[in-house]
Amino acid sequence: MNFKNYEELALEFPSRINFLLGLNGSGKTNLLEAIYYLSTTKSFSNSSDTQNIRYGADYFFIRGFFTNTNKRSEVFCQIQSGRKKVFQENSRDYEKISDHIGKYPVVLISPLDVDLVKESSEARRKFFDQMIAQIDHSYLNALLEYHHALKQRNALLKLFAENNSIDYDIIDLYDQQMARSGGVIYQKRKAFVAEFLPIFNASYNLLVDNREEATLAYASELESAEFEAGLKSSIKKDLILQRTTFGVHRDDYVFGFAHGELKRLGSQGQQKSFLVAIKLAQVEVIKSHLGFSPILLLDDIFDKLDDTRIARLLRIISGADYGQSFITDAGPERTQAMVNELEIDCDIFSVEKGSIQFSSIK
Amino acid sequence: MDYPSKLIEEAVAQISKLPGIGKKTALRLVLHLIREKEESTFALTEALNKLRSGIQFCSQCHNISDAEVCSICVSHKRDRSTVCVVENTNDVMAIENTSQYRGLYHVLGGVISPINGIGPSELKIESLLNRLNHGQSEVKELILALSPTMEGDTTSFYIHRRIKDFPVKVSVIARGIPVGGDLEYADEITLGRSIIGRTLFN
Ligand SMILES: Nc1ncnc2c1ncn2[C@@H]1O[C@H](COP(=O)(O)OP(=O)(O)O)[C@@H](O)[C@H]1O
Ligand SMILES: [Mg+2]
Ligand SMILES: [Zn+2]
Repeated sequence: MNFKNYEELALEFPSRINFLLGLNGSGKTNLLEAIYYLSTTKSFSNSSDTQNIRYGADYFFIRGFFTNTNKRSEVFCQIQSGRKKVFQENSRDYEKISDHIGKYPVVLISPLDVDLVKESSEARRKFFDQMIAQIDHSYLNALLEYHHALKQRNALLKLFAENNSIDYDIIDLYDQQMARSGGVIYQKRKAFVAEFLPIFNASYNLLVDNREEATLAYASELESAEFEAGLKSSIKKDLILQRTTFGVHRDDYVFGFAHGELKRLGSQGQQKSFLVAIKLAQVEVIKSHLGFSPILLLDDIFDKLDDTRIARLLRIISGADYGQSFITDAGPERTQAMVNELEIDCDIFSVEKGSIQFSSIK
Repeated sequence: MDYPSKLIEEAVAQISKLPGIGKKTALRLVLHLIREKEESTFALTEALNKLRSGIQFCSQCHNISDAEVCSICVSHKRDRSTVCVVENTNDVMAIENTSQYRGLYHVLGGVISPINGIGPSELKIESLLNRLNHGQSEVKELILALSPTMEGDTTSFYIHRRIKDFPVKVSVIARGIPVGGDLEYADEITLGRSIIGRTLFN
């Protein structure tokens, strides 16, 4: 109700594979976003909740019924300008809304994913942090502790510059705190990548021709220096720059393929395949840790992927071990042809300016 | 908001600077004051003026005091060999109310938190070291009684580090399950700490 360009809409998705077809600007991505909201409590495009209210209205709500092996639950979210966000599961409020995250997992594959390749290391750390936190609660605590200590240490460096004096006793204490939580973060990231890499390689090989190679490496300064020693040896630089120049807040995940670094040398298609494979690997990780498959949201993935890879992708996600998926496309003929050829069992919906019609069952 | 008078606007602006008081509450207080007898407002302003110009901090423990040295620090009944390190005057009052402590205090004036502009030199830590270092210092035990937050812990560690060569025993107040509290409702960290910091049963 009143979510983005939808004034009022009620739909059922009994099938596992659902195609949403319609012109650009008709509301396909908005529908995926509504599902994403119920899973993550947030939008993936707008930073503020109220920006998702339909223009001219003063609230929106989304209600979703999820079924997981005979268990049916209701998730409800309402945003009203000037009011507190309402987020409920089976009509009950959460103590902390963030407790909802991870209970109804979704994996989104969208054109925005390319930021993971193009943007700074921060985007990649955030992506992996979320994935690790989802399967390991203590990781989140270590992250919070680390960033708190880092903020204090950076503020301290500024304070030293202002007061023109340095107190190594207090710097030492923040070094110890950062080393304690940062050491945990380093170990967990390293272990996660080790677990993730073979899964990623398998997904990549399913999607792309077996002969092409993709690599994903965890890069951390901790590989070559012990934490406190590293902080100590960068202190001169830190005092001048007034920020901490050593630690896991500078970690990166390096994406590569046969010819080198993906960011610089990969074509758009190669980058896209790489990212789709990462997301498919994320599905596997969630599956193995939660015991069920997340909902998959695929937004405009037909752009920039060639037909063979699309066909492979559709075969993968229509496999029996995959959960429900929602796939958008602006080119109805292409999808129809593909669906016919692959004989995919699915529902097709046509999206038109804020309304959605069930159009056919294949 | 539009006020019918500049005077009211000014008073509201001043009062709403106080912690926990917004513009609406400030306006209610201001309207209350002008409805009351004149004398009661003057009694209030006089008390505030006296407070501000008369208030002192004890030169030894830095607690709020009416004299150069506070009543606790001058008292002969207090145990001068023990000093309890706290964040602020509220904490002194809270501990005094327990009637369980007969030693002296040292009020730091906050905890180390560079994000809030507070480094060690902004607190009364040097003065604490002077108290201990002082030739005929009688202090034998220092009790660290700071909040069990990251900042409180950092401050305790810092003080401990600075005094580790002094011949004083350093202790820290116990943390654990509140009296009358239910074990199953205690959070994991508190419960974990009270198991680590368990004491002999006697
Ligand atoms: N808050 C809003 N209120 C009303 N319409 C909105 C709002 N936000 C976006 N839209 C409209 O939604 C449409 C875009 O929908 P989208 O789902 O991105 O289309 P597509 O089908 O191309 O994925 C645009 O026409 C835009 O004007
Ligand atoms: Mg779209
Ligand atoms: Zn005193």
